[in-house]
Amino acid sequence: MIDNIPLNSFLVISTLMFFIGIYGFLTRRNLITMLMSIELILNSVNINFVVFNRFLYPNQLHGHFFSLIVIAVAASEAAVAIAIIINIYRNFKSIDVQNIDQMKL
Amino acid sequence: MTLSDIMFYLFAGSILTFSVLTVTSRRILRSAVYLLFVLVSTAGIYFMLNYNFLAAVQLTVYAGGIIVLIIFSILLTSHVSEKAVVAPLSQQIYSALAVAAGAVLTLMTIFRFGFTATTVQQGDATVQTVGRALVSYGKDGFALPFEVISVLLLAAMVGAIVLARKEKKVSDVATPTTSNRDNTSKS
Repeated sequence: MIDNIPLNSFLVISTLMFFIGIYGFLTRRNLITMLMSIELILNSVNINFVVFNRFLYPNQLHGHFFSLIVIAVAASEAAVAIAIIINIYRNFKSIDVQNIDQMKL
Repeated sequence: MTLSDIMFYLFAGSILTFSVLTVTSRRILRSAVYLLFVLVSTAGIYFMLNYNFLAAVQLTVYAGGIIVLIIFSILLTSHVSEKAVVAPLSQQIYSALAVAAGAVLTLMTIFRFGFTATTVQQGDATVQTVGRALVSYGKDGFALPFEVISVLLLAAMVGAIVLARKEKKVSDVATPTTSNRDNTSKS
């Protein structure tokens, strides 16, 4: 199904997605949108793993399982991050990073 | 231009447009929905690569789980109509320049390397193969990472519950103990 699509075009997509995620991480000031940028970065890395697995080592499944594990790590990371964000919101009434300048109230 | 080409460029275009919209949209809820579109298009690319199980996991865990969690937390922490605060324009320009430089460098490296795709017959990644590999140990088994990731998920969920639980205020905790002590001393 992907015989006539070169490997490089997949890599171009994942590279651009990675750097768009980094741009979002640098310019956003809201904790949840920063978390969404991190999700973009993780997703682009997943595409890389899967594409290398399919094109370079098609009879093995290592990249496939690596991205499966990255998805699980991303899920647990999102859960813990959102718990922390809700806790911060309770203490500071805001989740913008410039308002959060104390570790403890 | 075959149908699979058209599908690939459709997915690629939607991934790129929606990821740009995710990081630039001022409304937080809208950018969460754009992120959902990005993840669904990524699942489409996994389907095209013939990894059906991974695409299903992507749809259920990412698009179904993480996005719902993010939307919940957005609704808990901000108004729907609230505009997100962004960095000042100079910082936006500087980070755009840095990001563009990094992207150009990486793309140049990728195109100069020239990966050669192997012509080996594709192994099929059916659900049966994936399931067997996940629980078998040895050369092609992934039992250890599977167990490690399950323990990690359990620990993360317990940690999230402990973190997000509503703690009693210190003053609320302190006053009953003192009053109790008073009561005991009186009695």
